[in-house]
Amino acid sequence: MSVWVEGLVAALILIGAGFTLVGSIGLVRLQDVYTRLHGPTKATTLGVGGIILASLVFFTAQTGVLSVHEVLITLFLFITAPVSAHLLAKTAMHRQEKKVQSTRGEPWQQ
Amino acid sequence: MLSFALNAAFVMVGIAMLLGSWRVLVGPSLTDRVLALDTLYINSIALIVLFGIYLGTSMYFEAALLIALIGFVSTVAVAKYLLRGDIIE
Repeated sequence: MSVWVEGLVAALILIGAGFTLVGSIGLVRLQDVYTRLHGPTKATTLGVGGIILASLVFFTAQTGVLSVHEVLITLFLFITAPVSAHLLAKTAMHRQEKKVQSTRGEPWQQ
Repeated sequence: MLSFALNAAFVMVGIAMLLGSWRVLVGPSLTDRVLALDTLYINSIALIVLFGIYLGTSMYFEAALLIALIGFVSTVAVAKYLLRGDIIE
């Protein structure tokens, strides 16, 4: 494997892991459940997309055959993450979870 | 270069999973816990794919795909249960 491919895979892995870490830090640090929905559903999905892109490049360079079946996981996650985020937001509104002062809107007056 | 990046990524995703499990344990509301479990399964997909690159085998792809499928279905089931009090009405 050439040094350029190795560098590309390493960069993609580091970018993906960084986004995953940022998403989980957002899950811990943000104030209420409505803002906490943003971290995992956007940053973590993007991070996993980066790591799977690195896996695609790595196995394509290793075997010499284009391996696109990793894209299935990315595609599935990118389709399902908004659906689960929407359901969780509806659940939080239905259960009337507490919000902080700076979160605008009244969630339970649907 | 690649082994250093892999080790750093293992540490970062591991810290992310620890933060997620902290939110599962502490999380003030039930919705927080479900959201943290959702994050945990996505992080475990990343960890399994990284482990596949580390070993140089594409055998772990099926495990990652299965975890993605089952995690989505379980998140939808729990959210539906909290929302409606029932899963299949």
